[in-house]
Formats: sequence, C-alpha cells, structure tokens
Amino acid sequence: MPTQKNSDDRIALLQGTLDLLILKTLVLSPCHGQGIARSIQRQSEEVFFVDHGSLYLALQRLEDKQWISAEWGVSENNRKARFYSLTEKGREHLVQKTNEWQRLTRAMGLVLSGEEA
Amino acid sequence: MFKRRRKTDDFAEEIKAHLELEADTLRDEGLDEEEARRKAHVEFGNVTAAQERFYLRGRAVWFENMMRDLRFAIRQLMKNPSFTVTAMLVLALGMGAGTAIFGFVDAALIRPLPYEAPSQLVSVYETVASCPLCNVSYQNFRDWQRMAHSFRSLDVWGYARYTVQSADGLESADGARVSDGFFRTLGVGPMLGRDFYAGEDKPGAPRTALLSYTAWQKRFGADSSAIGKTIQLDDVSYTVIGVLPKSFHFAPRGEAEFWTALNDPSGCDKRRGCHGLFGLGRLKDGVTASAASAEMEAIAEQLGKQFPDSNRGYGAVTVSLSDSVVGEIRPVLLALFSAAGLLLLIACVNVTGLLLLRSEGRRHEIAVREALGASSTRLMQQFVTEGLLLVLAGSMLGLGFTYVALRLLPKMIPAQQMSAMPFLLDMKMNAHVWAFAGGIAVFAVVLFALAPAMRLKRSNVREDLQENARGATGRAWKRLGARMVIVELATSVVLLAGAGLLGKSLYQLLHVETGFRADHLSSVVVEVPKSYKTDAQVMVLEQQLMSHAQSLPGAESVGFTVSKPIHSWDLGTNIVVPESAEPDKRHDVPERDVSAGYLSMLGAKLLRGRYFTEIENDAAKPRVVVVTQTLAKELFPGGDAVGKRIAYSGSGDRMLIVGVVDDIKEGQLDTPMRGVMYVPFNQNSWGSFELVVRSAQAPGAMLPMLVNAAHEVDKGIATSDAATMDEVIRDSPAPYLHRTLAWLVGGFAVLALILSVVGLYGVVAYSVAQRVKEIGVRMALGAGRTSIYALVMRQAGWLTAVGLACGLVCSVGASMLMRSLLFGVKFWDVTILAGVVAALGVVSVAASFLPARRAASVNPMEALRTE
Repeated sequence: MPTQKNSDDRIALLQGTLDLLILKTLVLSPCHGQGIARSIQRQSEEVFFVDHGSLYLALQRLEDKQWISAEWGVSENNRKARFYSLTEKGREHLVQKTNEWQRLTRAMGLVLSGEEA
Repeated sequence: MFKRRRKTDDFAEEIKAHLELEADTLRDEGLDEEEARRKAHVEFGNVTAAQERFYLRGRAVWFENMMRDLRFAIRQLMKNPSFTVTAMLVLALGMGAGTAIFGFVDAALIRPLPYEAPSQLVSVYETVASCPLCNVSYQNFRDWQRMAHSFRSLDVWGYARYTVQSADGLESADGARVSDGFFRTLGVGPMLGRDFYAGEDKPGAPRTALLSYTAWQKRFGADSSAIGKTIQLDDVSYTVIGVLPKSFHFAPRGEAEFWTALNDPSGCDKRRGCHGLFGLGRLKDGVTASAASAEMEAIAEQLGKQFPDSNRGYGAVTVSLSDSVVGEIRPVLLALFSAAGLLLLIACVNVTGLLLLRSEGRRHEIAVREALGASSTRLMQQFVTEGLLLVLAGSMLGLGFTYVALRLLPKMIPAQQMSAMPFLLDMKMNAHVWAFAGGIAVFAVVLFALAPAMRLKRSNVREDLQENARGATGRAWKRLGARMVIVELATSVVLLAGAGLLGKSLYQLLHVETGFRADHLSSVVVEVPKSYKTDAQVMVLEQQLMSHAQSLPGAESVGFTVSKPIHSWDLGTNIVVPESAEPDKRHDVPERDVSAGYLSMLGAKLLRGRYFTEIENDAAKPRVVVVTQTLAKELFPGGDAVGKRIAYSGSGDRMLIVGVVDDIKEGQLDTPMRGVMYVPFNQNSWGSFELVVRSAQAPGAMLPMLVNAAHEVDKGIATSDAATMDEVIRDSPAPYLHRTLAWLVGGFAVLALILSVVGLYGVVAYSVAQRVKEIGVRMALGAGRTSIYALVMRQAGWLTAVGLACGLVCSVGASMLMRSLLFGVKFWDVTILAGVVAALGVVSVAASFLPARRAASVNPMEALRTE
C-alpha cells in the first residue's frame, strides 16, 4: 500500500519506463487506470510509486500512438470506468522493448557485479 | 492521424472515475467513507494540473496563442479605425516610396550590366583639356590595338544613322558601327544567326548587319528567315547575319536597330585627327582600369610624338564601363534613395509614436492582464502580433504603391533619356525588391513591437492599475515622444532644405544665360538624300527648303544649322591664328555651320561687326566667320577680333572674322560656356542639318508643317527629332534630372513635413491631456489664460527649436554630400535654409496652438473635480 511512511524506499520511475510497465500490465487483460496503478505498485513490491496524473497522461500518449485502445465500461464493483487494452501494435512494441530492457539490465548487472568481485 | 481529439470533459470524467475507484479500494482496505475519499484525492495529487497538462498535451500552444493574439489584435485594430488607417497609410507611403526608389537603385546600381564578367569591361576615351572623355580616332584605335597589353580585347563603336525604307516611307533609324570583335568583347552572342567574323570589319569585306530584337520584330515580323536577307541602309545593301537577344542593350549607344561592321571607313575614319568613335575593352585578368589607363596614357604620349600634327596634346584614359554607364545617374539615385530613406524613417517614427500613444491609453488593460498572470513573454507576443498585423497590412498597401510606381515612373521618363538608361526598362518587382521590402517590414515589426514593450518594462502594475495615475511612465513617455518629435523635425528640415536647394538649382538652370531667345522656335533634323551628289545640288535643295519653310503660315524667319543650341559642345575643330605670335598654337573650337539668317533668327546679340550675308552663303566666296565673345577674347586677348583672320589647322585658307556675338549656349545648360565659331553653311557641305523656324504662333503647331514642307520638297528626305526649343530645354538631361529630383525630393519633403507636424501635435496634445489637473490647479491659484498659453507654447517651442537646430546642422552636412547635384547654388544657401526654418517654425507653432488653446480653456473647477 503506497503510504507516506515508506516513500523513501520508493524509486522514481525512469523516463520512458512507465510506458513499458503499462503495456506489460495490459498483456493479460484490459484494465482501467486505477487498476493499472495499483497493479504496477503491487507487482513492483511497492517499489515503484506511480504519480496518477502522469499515469493518465501516459495512457493518453499510448492511446495516441495506437499502442493501446480505450473504451468506457463498467468495473467489477459496478462503477463506470475507462478500460484500456493492448493493441497488436502495442504488443509488438512491448516485445521489442522488453528484449532491449533485458539486454540492458543483464549488461548493467554484469558490469556492476564484475567490478565488485 | 487526424482522428477526433478526445474531449477534456472525457478526461475529467475518467479522473472522477479513478477517484471513486480508488476510494472504493481504500474503503475495502478498511478506511471509513470520508477518509477514503480524502486519501484518494491526496494520492492523486493536483487534479487541475493534470487536466491542464492533458489540455496542453500535443497542442501547438504557441499556435493557439498566436491565433488568439491575432484575433485580439484584429479586434483592437478594428476598434480604433482612425488609428489603424493612419498608421497603415503612413507606413505604406514610407515603404512604397522607399521600395520604389530602391527598384531604380537596384536596376541601375546593384544589378550587374548584362554582359559576361562586366567588371572587366572598360570604356576607352581620348582626352584633351576641353573634353576629358572624348571620342577616339579610328587610326589611333588601330595603333592602340597593336600596342596595348592591358586588354584581352579592344574594340570600338560609333554612332550611325541610316535611312531605311519602311511601310510609311523613308525613315531615319538609329544604328551603330562596331569593330569585328565588339560583341565578343561584351560576351554577348546573337540569339539567331551569327556574330561578325574576325576581319569582317576590313575595308572591302561584304557588308553585313546584325539586327536588334526590336528591329527584327518591327521590320521582319520576327521571322527567322530574315537571316541572309538583304536590307537597304542609306543606299547600300547589307546582308542580315544575325539578331541580337531581346535582353541586349548597350547604354552608351542607347537604342540602335542596326549594328554594322566598320568595314566602310567613312571620311572621318581615314583621318587620324578626326575623332568619331568610342573604345570598349575587356581587361586581362588582374589588370585594373587605372593600370590600363596608365598604359594608354603612355601609348597616347608616344603617338603624340609620332604624329604631332594630329595627336599632340591628346591623352587616353580608360574608365570602367559601369562608371561610364551609370556614373552620372549614381549620385542622383543615391540622393533620391537617401530622401526616400529619410521619409521612411519619419514614417516609422511616426507610427511608433502613434503606437506608444495608444499603449499609454491601454496601460490599464495591460496592467490588468499582467495582474491576472500574463507573463511578459505573453504580453510581448501580443505586441509583436499587433505590430506584425499592422506592418503586414501597411506593407501590402506599400507594395501596391511600389508596383504602380515601378510601372508608371519609367513611362514618365522621356524616350531620349530612357534610351541612355536601358537598364531601367526591365525594372520590376524582382527578388531584390521583395527582399528589400521584407527587410523594411522586419525592421518595422521589431520597432513597433519593441516600443510598447519598452514601455512595459518601465511600468509598474500597481500604479498602472490606479486609473488616473500619473507617474514615472507618463514622464518617460513624454521624454521618448519629445525625442521622436525632434528626430522627425530634424529630418523634415533636411528633406525640405534638400528639396529647396534642388528647386533653386532647377530655377538657376532654366535661367542660365543662353544668349538667344528660346521661345517660338521649332526645329527638325533633315537628312539630305544620297541622290544629291554635288554641293550645288545640295545648295538648291537647301534653298527650296528655306523658301518652303518661310512661306509656312506663321513663320517669321528660317535658318539652318548643323546642330541646334542646348545640345552639345561637339563638332569641334582645330583652328590657328596665323598672324599672331604663336601661329602654330591650336585651339579646339566647336564649329557651327549656319545659314546667313540663322544668328539673327536665334536672337543672338551682335556685339561688333556684322552677320554673314546671303551672298557669302556660297562655297565660292571668300571665307568668313562670326565668333562668340569668349572665343574672341581667347584668340585675341585685349584686341578687336573683327577684321582678323583665322584658319583651320593644317589648311592655308584664311577666314575673315566679320562679327562678334555674345556667347551662345551650344552645349547642355549645366556646362560651362565655351567659345564657338559660326561659318556660312554652304562653305562646307553636310549630310544632314537642322531646319529652325521662328514663328508667331505656338511653335508646337509648326512641327508637323515643317515635316510636311520637307517632304513636299523631296519625298526622299528623312526627317527626325522634330521639337520645339522649349521642349529641347525642358527635356534635355540637366533640367530633366534636376526637375525630377526636385519634384520627388520635394514630394518626400512635404510628406515629411506633414508627418512631423502631426507628430509634434500629438506630443503636445498628449502632454496637455496629462497636465489638465495641474493646469486646473495653476488656474485656481490665479494663473491667467496667457500664462497657460505660454506654458504649452514654451514646451512646443523648445521642441521645435531643438528639432530645427539639429535639422540645420544635418542638412548642411547632407547638402554638402549632394553638392555635385546642385547648380548655381551653394550647399549652405542662406535663403533656402532660412525659408525652411521659417516655414517649419510657423507650421509648428500653428500645430501647437490647438492644444494650447485647449489647455487655456480648461475649467479649473471641472479639472479639479476629476480627481
């Protein structure tokens, strides 16, 4: 649960990583904004804190790029919500970006752990 | 890409949904209703900021702002049409004048001459004391070609005039004779056919001619089969070998239809002492015109030693072709351009003043916008937009003026002048003119945006928000306004003084002592047909022409001359005084062969002796001559010339001086007087001459009758240049230039005067409006109307005095720069300067009287109540 007390342990999202996280969250099923925010926080074991304002702008940006599409629907607790789902284009982008990330983190890990040894 | 943009409301809806969902989740996690709501809000952060960011996302904000500024600016300008129209008109006038004059400057001075590498081209002249840039002798030219090393090629050209058969009968057409390499030297090739071969200018070569584009169109209907056809020029057949391109012109010659090779050496070409041609050379790479001049001077000296009879005292000089083409017009155009520039300056200052005045009125509005959070950048953008709009509208109007001016002005130049300035023919709105106009527009936008912005920087929001505040800004504006008025007044003085000096020059020029009565004279050039072979035949023709012209209704007296007055000092000849201490000393004297009655018909003043008689008008009689006073003094200083004898240099025949007349201006009005000799017409024979008539009626009416009379005598006579002497004087280059300059600069000056006086009025009126309360207090404390008048007039008077003083200093400087354009006037002419100061002073006082009267009629009670 994102609360003020553990804010020091949280890491500000790197520029551009939010997009990737959103896309990843949407792989399994469509979701609304609030759900996406919660999901990212939960999955990152509360390390990432998502600024909600930025999240909605990011969603809009992704929608503009046609990586995701949006539709008004009804949430599980019967509230009106805007649901986002991954498009084919977004899926391709996610695969490509995920590969890049994995290569990057592996390389970073190699260098950083190598130096310590 | 252009899918429907998502609405801001939709986004707000989504955020609302988010907050509810979050609150739901928080409630599920155990918080109570209110706490969950509060926390969801806190978690989200600034909702408005997110919505604003959504709104701005992907939008060209600057574009939207610009559109909004534009709409606002248009509204502002529409709201105040008198301001808008005034500013636009003033700007358009300044811009139109500046750009139109720039069009001329561009055509004459900036665009290169239409030849290959024109900077290498030079004109070559012979030079003597009396004629610094004089014609070249053919024989000398051939020697130069052999001896000079500065030139890649050296050629000559000369004037020619041909009688041609046309649909309307015989007519006289302009032509030029050139040496074989003339067009290759220029780097111009014919558009059709071929150029002259090398050697085609040798005597005995087949006679060939190149046509100008106009001649090809006019005489051959632009038919390409013209090449190879034969054309009769005078009574000789020429084969047409080519057509010159439409764009070709050669300003020194002016318009010429037929370009023939020199292969027909005229009598003049055979004599080394006869100068009838002009040199044209292309310098070798790296050789300067002055280096070539030095070499030519040395060659001329060598030839002088080799042929002392003909060449002693003759030098040679080269001048860059562009100097010889535009050298005379350059100072004129620069003066005009400066005048237009000054007018533009005044226009810009004036509009800036108007804008400032308006921004003063909008102080409250701007302060409100600033207080509501408009950044200075946004306010600046607003000013730039308003300036841009104003300049755009003004420029469009101004360019309209320019377009009309560039089409109309060349048409107002008489053909004779235009022929010497063919580069003005293709004057139009070209890239240079557009770029120049663009430059002015950018300058104006910067100025117009900067002025209110500068005021903005000084302003104080709190103070400006108070409606009637009179603080530092008012004073600052007054200072700025005062400076602008001083600039405007000073500029007006410069322009008015310039116009006055030019006007006085024109007056002086038109009142130059000519030595004859110019009114009621008309003349026509008559070409003697080639069928008249002997002198006797020509004499009979002349007698017939005389009697025909004499019998015309209204004709009072008739005369002949080879060249009419106010034309040129050409046709010089060398004479000696055999019975003197220096019998070999040669005098270069313009010679005029005239009929017996010519001098008395002109109205020349006979000082001593007598005129010729009819009997002496005969080659068989003893030779007699009439000289002018200047020549008499030159030849016989201190003695009486009448009864003395002179002779042509190199000839034994003595000529008896029978009379001395007062000096007659044979050359242009602005040239210094020279001595001239008049000899009886029939003692020499000429191929063409001018028939001059003094009439009782308007001379213009005589012209067609004169032409008719000539054709009645012989249909083979070609006539040209029919003109009255008044027209000759009016259209001759010097008065024409002076008149044009005086009118244009005068026009600019009047506009400048109006603008600067309006500017002065604006500043004084504004300051009165600002000081109403102060004036009220003064009056309440007992100040009389007179002292209020004095208060306002003192301020205006001070501004005017400073402006005039600055203007006087500047105008003396400016007039000094244009003294080469002045004639018979000193650049510090006191009457002109005093007149300008007096005129501007009076107008300024009048302009400040209106606000002064308003100040004096302030009702102190009302003024104080407005507090």
